Amino acid sequence: MAEILRVEHLQKYFPVPDGMLHAVDDVSFTIHAGKTLGVVGESGCGKSTMGRAILRLHEPTGGKVFFQGRDVLALSAQEMKELRREMQIIFQDPFASLNPRMTVSEAIAAPLIVQKLYNRRDKEGINKRVREIMDMAGLAQRLINTYPHELDGGRRQRIGIARALALNPKFVVCDEPVSALDVSIQAQILNLMQDLQDELDLTYLFITHDLSVVKYISNDILVMYLGQMVEKAPAEKLFEKPMHPYTQALLSAIPVPDPDRPMSRITMKGEITSPVNPEKGCRFAKRCPHATAACTQQDMKLTEQEPGHFVTCLRLQRGEL
Amino acid sequence: MKAEKTGKQQRSLWQEAWRRFKKNKSAMIGLAFFAALIVIAIATLVIDFATGNEFYQNYVINQDLTSRLKGPSMEHIFGQDEFGRDMLLRMIWAVRYSLFMGSMSIIISLIVGGILGAVSGYYGKAVDGVIMRCMDILLAIPSMLLATAIVAALGTSLVNVLIAIAISYVPTFARTVRASVLTVKDQEFIDAARAIGCHDGEIIFKYIIPNAMAPIIVQATVGLAGAILSIAGLSFLGLGIQPPTPEWGAMLSNARTYIRDAWHVTVIPGLGIMLTILALNLMGDGLRDALDPRLKD
Repeated sequence: MAEILRVEHLQKYFPVPDGMLHAVDDVSFTIHAGKTLGVVGESGCGKSTMGRAILRLHEPTGGKVFFQGRDVLALSAQEMKELRREMQIIFQDPFASLNPRMTVSEAIAAPLIVQKLYNRRDKEGINKRVREIMDMAGLAQRLINTYPHELDGGRRQRIGIARALALNPKFVVCDEPVSALDVSIQAQILNLMQDLQDELDLTYLFITHDLSVVKYISNDILVMYLGQMVEKAPAEKLFEKPMHPYTQALLSAIPVPDPDRPMSRITMKGEITSPVNPEKGCRFAKRCPHATAACTQQDMKLTEQEPGHFVTCLRLQRGEL
Repeated sequence: MKAEKTGKQQRSLWQEAWRRFKKNKSAMIGLAFFAALIVIAIATLVIDFATGNEFYQNYVINQDLTSRLKGPSMEHIFGQDEFGRDMLLRMIWAVRYSLFMGSMSIIISLIVGGILGAVSGYYGKAVDGVIMRCMDILLAIPSMLLATAIVAALGTSLVNVLIAIAISYVPTFARTVRASVLTVKDQEFIDAARAIGCHDGEIIFKYIIPNAMAPIIVQATVGLAGAILSIAGLSFLGLGIQPPTPEWGAMLSNARTYIRDAWHVTVIPGLGIMLTILALNLMGDGLRDALDPRLKD
């Protein structure tokens, strides 16, 4: 299986008045072609920032990103523009991610024209391709001249998907593509995305805070907490046997649709550590039921606890849990 | 779903705004008055062109000292001025100076101020600091004083008046455009544009400016009223358009000596200025309401 994306020690800090906000700190992973890596974590843990940093929508402050062996962060503006044909993004909020002054056809044609796949004056060619893409994304042809404000969330998100796929990319960052949608429409969009993945042989980096969604769509799952990787494992394995205390707490929060089964939720106490100038040691330690003094004294390392199952936890590494 | 009901004919956001604008009576009156002025201005140009300035020379410039300061009559409904010229014709021929010079100076300051504001808002940081502090300096000088100073320095000519007024309006537009760029630039569709590979120019002109147009249009309309007033003001002070060329401010200035003898020579140009400014302000208010997307209907 060919490796398509490799991220090494990716880092994105934002300067804030009180110091440095560590939005993404030392994240490394690889994705193989045609697979989906799910990224989960609570709001503000840096998932979206990471997705955007990979595409250089936010310029990373450190680390390396390799796309099909090319060092993405070393590319010139022109090379980066060309690479954007291969790497695309689907945004979270379909109400904010579309230009309100552009019709559906203009929105979908924009990437084709910007990337010079079609000449601006080749109206017929563009129109034909736009209609093809609309079909692919499940958008009715009669909507071609509508404006985004006339459409509902599901249809708008289909425009977002159509726009991302118009350039025939190989890799797509899906930044919480369904979290702004109704549950019934979520399923439609997820199915569409999976069908398109099979059809076009796409690789997804699927960012979400919804655990049932991530289980449904991912091959591998990466759990993040305050900008750091906490655990990474194949989807099945992670749900079967979560190792890190944070993942365990997270998974216990999934409601079980069975009224007779008692909820065995692990509630977390303590306050969340500030991502601004974080102290050394495990960032989850303040809320972790198993934390000891040693946990806050040294920086954590990601180790392979079982084949393919990576965890960042000192006590697990020492075999204490 | 509106889209399904109305079928193929879709209403764009601009059409929505026009529909709301039409409902506003006073704004429509303002628009009608303004449109009438444009028609008058063009008509005078056509007449001058067709008669080779003969009509202009004979009826607007030529003096008839036997009938100075005659009040309104059937022959001359607005009366005659201090040199016996027909006030109505002079009023009509004056429209084009106010209108064309006002719009030209607004267009110039809109382009210059717009670019400065867009660059300032989009790039932020040091660029923003430098540009906006320069604008603050310009803004700190009263615009009339600034225009007077520029004309005094460059000499009185139509072009210099135009430049003077344009410069005094640049900071207003720079601020308006910067503010609207700031509200638009952090929206997700700007990131979406960057993700498909748009460069900064494309993002500013295709994604940011169209979405920031509403306040800019309103500002331009209100600014036009101000510019017309400034032209009249400069001419009143003798720094703008020079007699015998008809111009409302200059007419007012020349006539003020006779205010005790003949009311009409001052009142009529004054009313002309006032009504034009009022019409433009009504239009501006109407546009502001119509272009605000929060006020659906």
